[in-house]
Amino acid sequence: MTRHEVRRDGLRDETPEREALIGAKGGRRPGRGGEMVPPAEFRSYYGRSVLKPPVWSARDIAGYLFLGGVAGGAALLAAGGDLTGRGSMRRAGRLISAGATGLGLAALIHDLGRPARFAHMLRVLKPTSPMSVGTWLLGGFGPLVGAAAAAELVGAATAAGVSGALPPSAGAAVRALGRSSGLAASLVAPALTTYTGVLIANTAVPLWHDAHRELPYLFGASALAGAGGLVAASTAVDEAGPARAAGIAGVLMEQALDRRIHKRLGMVAEPLDQGYPGRLMRASRLAGRAGAVLLAGSALRRSKALDVAGGLALAASSLLARFGYFHAGNASATDPRYTVVPQRERADRAGSVGAQHPADLGGGRGVRGEGQEPA
Amino acid sequence: MSDGLLEQPTGRQRMGFFTDTSICIGCKACEVACKEWNQVPDDGLSLLGMSYDNTGMLGADTWRHVAFIEQDRPLGRQNNSVTVMPTGPSGTASTAAVVAAGLGDKHGSMLGTQTGRVHPGPQPHATPDGHVSPGGRTELRWLMASDVCKHCTHAACLDVCPTGSLIRTEFGTVVVQEDICNGCGYCVPACPYGVIDRRERDGRVWKCTLCYDRMTDGQEPACAKACPTDSIQFGPLDELRERAARRVEQLHGVGMPEARLYGADPDDGVGGTGAFFLLLDEPEVYGFPPDPVVTTRDLPRMWRHAALAAAGVAATVLAAFVTGARR
Ligand code: SF4
Ligand code: SF4
Repeated sequence: MTRHEVRRDGLRDETPEREALIGAKGGRRPGRGGEMVPPAEFRSYYGRSVLKPPVWSARDIAGYLFLGGVAGGAALLAAGGDLTGRGSMRRAGRLISAGATGLGLAALIHDLGRPARFAHMLRVLKPTSPMSVGTWLLGGFGPLVGAAAAAELVGAATAAGVSGALPPSAGAAVRALGRSSGLAASLVAPALTTYTGVLIANTAVPLWHDAHRELPYLFGASALAGAGGLVAASTAVDEAGPARAAGIAGVLMEQALDRRIHKRLGMVAEPLDQGYPGRLMRASRLAGRAGAVLLAGSALRRSKALDVAGGLALAASSLLARFGYFHAGNASATDPRYTVVPQRERADRAGSVGAQHPADLGGGRGVRGEGQEPA
Repeated sequence: MSDGLLEQPTGRQRMGFFTDTSICIGCKACEVACKEWNQVPDDGLSLLGMSYDNTGMLGADTWRHVAFIEQDRPLGRQNNSVTVMPTGPSGTASTAAVVAAGLGDKHGSMLGTQTGRVHPGPQPHATPDGHVSPGGRTELRWLMASDVCKHCTHAACLDVCPTGSLIRTEFGTVVVQEDICNGCGYCVPACPYGVIDRRERDGRVWKCTLCYDRMTDGQEPACAKACPTDSIQFGPLDELRERAARRVEQLHGVGMPEARLYGADPDDGVGGTGAFFLLLDEPEVYGFPPDPVVTTRDLPRMWRHAALAAAGVAATVLAAFVTGARR
């Protein structure tokens, strides 16, 4: 409405409103009175969220965090099985890895607001966007592990002499293709298991961001637990040793890292222990311990039943942990406490709020859930 | 409007907003002008119980949001006459309780303006009988502030966007290209101010464009144009920062020591914002994060951890084959 000029040569024709001397008249001593409530924990705008929590669906994205880990871990075990002559482990690893990759990709596409525009992900490769990096990782990994799994299926069909399958002479070529693509996939696989930690840590979500030092390790360990469990459950008992060992090591490291996150993050880690995410995390810890014990039992006296039970328990533990961290992150983003309190402490320590922090006015903290200082 | 046009922005200057909340009168002209000019869809009509704020928060369908905060505090040297006003006691505490209940454990997020629709029922002191008194009130001030996308110098939303849909324009602003966005939603939790959001029925994300279309035509953004008090000021960022610094000094001089700038410091966690504010209380009181940091500042370290962790995963599997072979 008013003349709204911003010119290089100064502030001509200034509108008087801009310079309104609010609070100048009245002759009282400024800054008197003020808060009539005892200092409470933190202030906020009516207790509203400061951040927007992720719009991702838990089934798709927490599910993908699990599936991506399983895909990577199983590809590594498949490559190891291939190189050490463990045929059943190679087969199980390749099939599990390819299945998890396919399902994970479907979940990612399903979660998009515009699934038909999935290909827009391929316009760019941005190192500042873990989602972009991950898309390209998956783009390289998927075909490789798919080819390895296809070779497995064709090989099995050929060996069984299924009509319409390749002639037995082609068997060697198929095996060579399977081996080379399986080994190539195992080069990408470790990154696939850990980048998801960066994916969620690279947000403003307090729990996820603050845990950015531990999350890649925790997700890598969790991937080993999930993949080790599933591969151990579907491999011949006398070949499953490495899968059991990887699964047990994974779940132990995962739980140690979870404890470390709790210790280092303090109050920001609270949502991991409360409500629904808290129940998920407790169930994950129980399933993980049970699975480790069962698989260790099977390592001592080989038993298919122990392998299946322990392996599935480990996979469940990994799945529950991913959902637990997902939901706890959501909770830490919605509650303004986890945004305001650490940032306020940081700002106070740095001694700046953008400007001054007058003791006679700003000292108190309003009651939680109120934007104002009620009388 | 004859002389109100800006000089045509050259595209080499960074343009921005200075929102001086000390002169905001809470008329919401900015909210309305933004909705109309940008044809932002209706997002429901609800009574939120938050003073005069029935908008709630920024979101896919709200690109300007006026916050209202009633405080039992004086405004500078002003004589507020509260002691002689027959208002009855302050209702802020009781409304705040109702609002908190309405927001639930999601704290109003993810619900747009449908959020926290409240049904306050009769207030305990709504109809005082007999003699009406100030009811214990001694002080009163009313803070209003028009919030908007900050157009960060280091914009997390832009950094994390995997499609390149979010871009930096020639005016230094941050804009979503709606024909590119595939609705992956990564920018939503990445924004440290909770600004950008996905529009549910549409699937893509939306936020303030600083009226990119108007700017390319030499026009100021619709909200600044509509603001009757110049609380929203638009212009080249360096000039706005200078003016804002003078305004803070001026307010300090008249007994408002609590006046402070928010987002004007190029050394803060987001490198300063293209839309910055003059506030009369701590940022969190207005719903701003007190010390926001762009998440990608820590990303190089995260990638290093991910690479180390990946090596650890490979080594663990190797070790598993060595030890597991015996069992
Ligand atoms: S990070 Fe948030 S505030 Fe900054 S430009 Fe992006 S949407 Fe706006
Ligand atoms: S939702 Fe759209 S704008 Fe946001 S990060 Fe994804 S593609 Fe980019």
